[in-house]
Amino acid sequence: MTKKILSWAFIALVLAFVYAPIVVLIIFSFTDATILGQWGGFSLDLFKRLFTVPEMRKMIVNTIVLALLAGVISTVLGTLGAMGIFYAKKGWGKVLQGASNINVINAEIVIAVSLALVSSIFVFNMTYYSLLIGHVAFCTPFVVLSVIPKLKQMDPSLYEAALDLGASPAKALFKVVLPEILPGIVSGFLLALTLSLDDYIITSFTKPAEFDTISTYVYNAVKNTAKSELPAFRALAAVIFLIIVIVVVVLNVRAAGKNKQIAKMEKGKK
Amino acid sequence: MEEKIAGGAEENLAGGAREENIIELVDLTRIFEDGVAAVDKVNLKVKKGQFVTFLGPSGCGKTTTLRMIAGFDKPTSGKILLNGKDISALPPHKRPVNTVFQRYALFPHLNVYDNVAFGLKLKRQKVTYERTDGRRFSKIEKLGKAEIAEKVNRALKIVDLEGFERRSVSTLSGGQQQRVAIARAIVNEPQILLLDEPLGALDLKMRKDMQLELKEMHKKLGITFIYVTHDQEEALTMSDTIVVMKDGEIQQEGTPLDIYNEPANAFVADFIGESNIFSGTMTGKRRVRFLNKTFDCVDDFEKNEKVDVVVRPEDVVFAEEGQGMVDGKIVSSIFKGVHYEMVCMIGKTEVVAQDTIERKVGEKVGIVIRPEDIHIMAKEFTVNRYEGYITKHITVAFGDGEFACDVTQLYENSTLDEEGYLVTASGEKIDLTDTDVEVEVGLKDIELVDVDTPEQEGGAAGNIVSIIYKGDHYQVIVRTDENEEDYVCDTEYTWNENDRVSVIIRPEAIKLKRKEEGKR
Amino acid sequence: MAVSAKKIAAEPVLEEKKSCGLKGVFRRSFLGIPYALFLAMFVIFPLLLIVFYAFTDKNGAFTFGNFIAFFSSGTNISNLLISVGIAFITTAVCLLIAYPVAYILSRFKSARTYIFVLLFVAPMWINFVLRAYALREILNLLGLLGKTNFLNVIIGMVYDFLPFMILPLYTTLIKMDKSLEEASADLGGNGAVTFFKVTLPLSVPGIISGAMMVFLPCMSCYVITDTFGNSKIPLIGKLIETMFGTASDWNMGSAIALIMLVIMFVTMLCTGGFKNETTARGNAL
Repeated sequence: MTKKILSWAFIALVLAFVYAPIVVLIIFSFTDATILGQWGGFSLDLFKRLFTVPEMRKMIVNTIVLALLAGVISTVLGTLGAMGIFYAKKGWGKVLQGASNINVINAEIVIAVSLALVSSIFVFNMTYYSLLIGHVAFCTPFVVLSVIPKLKQMDPSLYEAALDLGASPAKALFKVVLPEILPGIVSGFLLALTLSLDDYIITSFTKPAEFDTISTYVYNAVKNTAKSELPAFRALAAVIFLIIVIVVVVLNVRAAGKNKQIAKMEKGKK
Repeated sequence: MEEKIAGGAEENLAGGAREENIIELVDLTRIFEDGVAAVDKVNLKVKKGQFVTFLGPSGCGKTTTLRMIAGFDKPTSGKILLNGKDISALPPHKRPVNTVFQRYALFPHLNVYDNVAFGLKLKRQKVTYERTDGRRFSKIEKLGKAEIAEKVNRALKIVDLEGFERRSVSTLSGGQQQRVAIARAIVNEPQILLLDEPLGALDLKMRKDMQLELKEMHKKLGITFIYVTHDQEEALTMSDTIVVMKDGEIQQEGTPLDIYNEPANAFVADFIGESNIFSGTMTGKRRVRFLNKTFDCVDDFEKNEKVDVVVRPEDVVFAEEGQGMVDGKIVSSIFKGVHYEMVCMIGKTEVVAQDTIERKVGEKVGIVIRPEDIHIMAKEFTVNRYEGYITKHITVAFGDGEFACDVTQLYENSTLDEEGYLVTASGEKIDLTDTDVEVEVGLKDIELVDVDTPEQEGGAAGNIVSIIYKGDHYQVIVRTDENEEDYVCDTEYTWNENDRVSVIIRPEAIKLKRKEEGKR
Repeated sequence: MAVSAKKIAAEPVLEEKKSCGLKGVFRRSFLGIPYALFLAMFVIFPLLLIVFYAFTDKNGAFTFGNFIAFFSSGTNISNLLISVGIAFITTAVCLLIAYPVAYILSRFKSARTYIFVLLFVAPMWINFVLRAYALREILNLLGLLGKTNFLNVIIGMVYDFLPFMILPLYTTLIKMDKSLEEASADLGGNGAVTFFKVTLPLSVPGIISGAMMVFLPCMSCYVITDTFGNSKIPLIGKLIETMFGTASDWNMGSAIALIMLVIMFVTMLCTGGFKNETTARGNAL
């Protein structure tokens, strides 16, 4: 029994460490005091600033658009890549997989400076393209890693069955293989999305000078404490956290619903 | 007028083709990347409407042959003719054949209806229209929704799955999934249905039911079935024609009855049903000598030819001692449900017999084998095979002799210690004395010397009973006195019949195998 | 038209006319070509460029000078050691916190355990820099900021990388065959013996992959040192940034990046953590 209480206490302690900063930030996002810890009365001013200050609005939109673009491109490229790796003859598949894994192991800073080198030497000198390429280069290997296990799990005769029933190779891939590996593709896409949203180092090296994402914007603001937008970041953290909570809850409710359905069906069978 | 056009097309399809071979394999060969010939120059003709089964142990090339017919594997050489036209270059989706896969390969994201309709939805047909002014034109069209629904329902009815349309395939039992897989294939009205061990995943009872149902379905549909299995009983139950394969080659092709009663070689005899296989020699017209006795038989071979003799256990009839052709002693008896399976020792040879009347272990019996139950097959002299055992001197005794040998080949990576124990790779010590082994000696590895040659004493001795000139060498058979064991060897030297010789085999030329892993 | 025409015959079309050209030789492995090109252009080529710059001087002449300069500077060496040290301490602290968490969570019998797992993972989805900012504000509130730089950096690192340690450990522990522990108990092992002789050795793959996920990025994660250490704790990653940024010495920067790269791959090869990569970041979702 004491073991159980101790276990719970430990979990609670670690959760407190993880959530204390976020919770404090959220609480103080409902006041407009510039210094954290001072309560200047309830106000939604910080939230308002988040959506009205043009600079803020722009960097939020930038971040989301960039993440979506990078996510979609990485997902397409990575899914094709994963299929190429999986279906290639052993040697070539290994080479491609090895090349793909380089950026998984590699330090972000090395990826960043190597891409910066290429960008500054060739045409796209720190344009939106170099930024996008940087994000895609960073995210795609993770898409590959989440799609390949699904390909491995798939019954190889499904593809052959589709051909056998008269589907051309392209149709078989779209109608049979793609639906089968869809869960891997979706999780790869979500992973790419979060990696892109999270990234600072690669972004800072490949972005055009006047372009900012949440990461670079907050980082620069924190470094030069003079910037007046700092308090607004509390509101930003609160909004992002709220979105996460909603997504998690929705996903869970749906999963629970599905489980119930399956349970019902199984009961019905008996 | 209209009907004539439609009818004419049908006549073209059927006319003349009915009696012809629907599929013809010509020197079909598939060599894998690692150099292994999975299928080696296979020639086969399949008549339209037949139920043909490829039967063989795993790795015999039966599935590869099927995959080449389906188009999943490309032949390395040779041709596949469908109605006389070579289709070996055609991709699978353009062949009028459909496959039922081993593990069904149902699409998990589609329900039963959509699985079955998959092929129909992809189908295009050329539809000819006639306008009121009499002019005709053709269009390539998809099948209509109603037409698809009708065909799917008909197929589901054939496999007895009406009402399952909206079910997810993952909620079906193995047998039901099997039926969906069949419906999905036959709904496309293929000219040939290929079935790759489709019943392998089902339990015994379900398998028996499905065997009969498949046979029934074959009758009803009237199309050609090509079936792959390793289960000889399944093959015997369902097929019109059985093709027995081994090592990428066809061993025998024939009706189930032919294959069972007249196996072409020892492998087929051994693989189909249970059988006693003896080494024998023809001693005269329809006379064969085996079990140290000469029997009458119905097959005719050249005199003195070495043959394999096959006797089915159910054809071995027991009589009282002294009343049969040979006498033996019962050494084991096991009740098998309907009959007893008994092993009778005749000299050093085991004979397996099946009978409903039990003979007790130790009982002395006579054995009767009717001439028509003795199946004789030409022996292919590829290698000498013996049954033997390891002596306490770490030599091997076989064929009425004793030979020095390398016993470490019995266990991988093993070594021999000073005391004569075998030490396996894992460090285990084994006393090999009396270990039963299977011995193989190549024809060219046997050296014969005159029995009186000083300093050269062979492991066995015997008389030369046969010398056959094979163009560039002689094939000599040496027979020992005690058990009439034969050594067949290829030699360039000339010997005379009845010469007494000593048999010498280099230790490294003796291939040993532990007995339990030798049997399949 | 449809009204005036009557369907009189239909025959299946098997051979489509477009069976020539590229379609005939289609192989599924060809799908990887775009990605292969992308990798060659934006991963392999850039790395080759790094190698080129690392071994040349400003005029493009071949030299080992960059490496000699790096390894003969005492501050550089100490930077390298500090980076490794911080990464090591962070990994150790993360492991000490994460292992009990993962162990307790994996032993929960409730079906709702995944909610707790989610609770530990969810902060990962808040922007990394923003999360660091939140912690910084708290440290500021507690009056620690600017005073205990080294400690702050460690707290910041642990705070950011903890989920990366919990996840692989949890997946390893939950997949572990529970009957092994029961077997140990059955054979007379008490709780501690069972843990140290069975559970811990079996969870080593999870520990390795978690450690890799923390250790490697830690060495170069200068965002944390900048945010928490008042930029006073120099990381090797920061050094590269400076070389490419304010110092604008690309050759030196490339040389350091190459050293970094070698350290990464050697660590990876030594621990064999390569194949466990998916369990780490991949399972975050």
